[in-house]
Amino acid sequence: MAGAAERPLSPHLQIYRPMLTMMMSIVHRITGVALYFGTLLLVIWLIAAASSPEAFDLVNGIYGSWIGLIVLVGYSWALIHHAIGGIRHFIWDTGAGFGPEARELMAKLTIGGSIGLTVLLWIAIWLVKG
Amino acid sequence: MSTSSGSSMRTPRRRVAGLGSARSGTGHFWLQRVTALSNLILILIALPIVICVAGQGHAATVATLGHPLVAIVLLLLLFSVTFHMRIGMQVVIEDYVHSEGVKVLALIANTFFTIAVGSAGAFAILKISFGG
Repeated sequence: MAGAAERPLSPHLQIYRPMLTMMMSIVHRITGVALYFGTLLLVIWLIAAASSPEAFDLVNGIYGSWIGLIVLVGYSWALIHHAIGGIRHFIWDTGAGFGPEARELMAKLTIGGSIGLTVLLWIAIWLVKG
Repeated sequence: MSTSSGSSMRTPRRRVAGLGSARSGTGHFWLQRVTALSNLILILIALPIVICVAGQGHAATVATLGHPLVAIVLLLLLFSVTFHMRIGMQVVIEDYVHSEGVKVLALIANTFFTIAVGSAGAFAILKISFGG
């Protein structure tokens, strides 16, 4: 930019007071990046199933361990949170839900819904496993 | 040629396309939304399958995954998800990686990674389905 006039810069994150809607935007991106690498968990599991019973038992054992289950619960929460956040974006795409109350409500529904549905999912898995 | 308003460096073709300095239009946004919708639908279909096979042994899991309807859903899901992953990570890279060289390499790595993950998963599903 040699010779160019100094242009005004738009203020960045640190100038704003943290707000719930801002946090949800950041969390949507973080869960997206986490899911990007989390897809590897699914593909590793599929490759193990396609390889041999021994490989499958090894991967199933790791996923079924305490650390593995914590990662899987985190993965499922990130997936559900990102999915509900995506539905929020669909609503915004129609032009609705931009008002102060609506966007605040949707932020709270995203948090509550993602935690609630994650708990329900694992209860369902636990019930099916017996 | 006309000498109407606008830069004389800009060809009529360029003006009609109206893509500006970003060199692209709404295609990226649209694909993000379309794959988001297909992800949502396919995840909802795949969820009962995942709950069924959770904690199952190898033989039972392979039998379930090998069913044509299950395999088709999982293949579509993998394709949709990895496509969504690629264009999503592209935006993240463009936002945070400012050095031109590193950015281009990161974007290429993103393409390689998502295609490799999608292909590996698809191969595994097909191998299970075809009884290999």
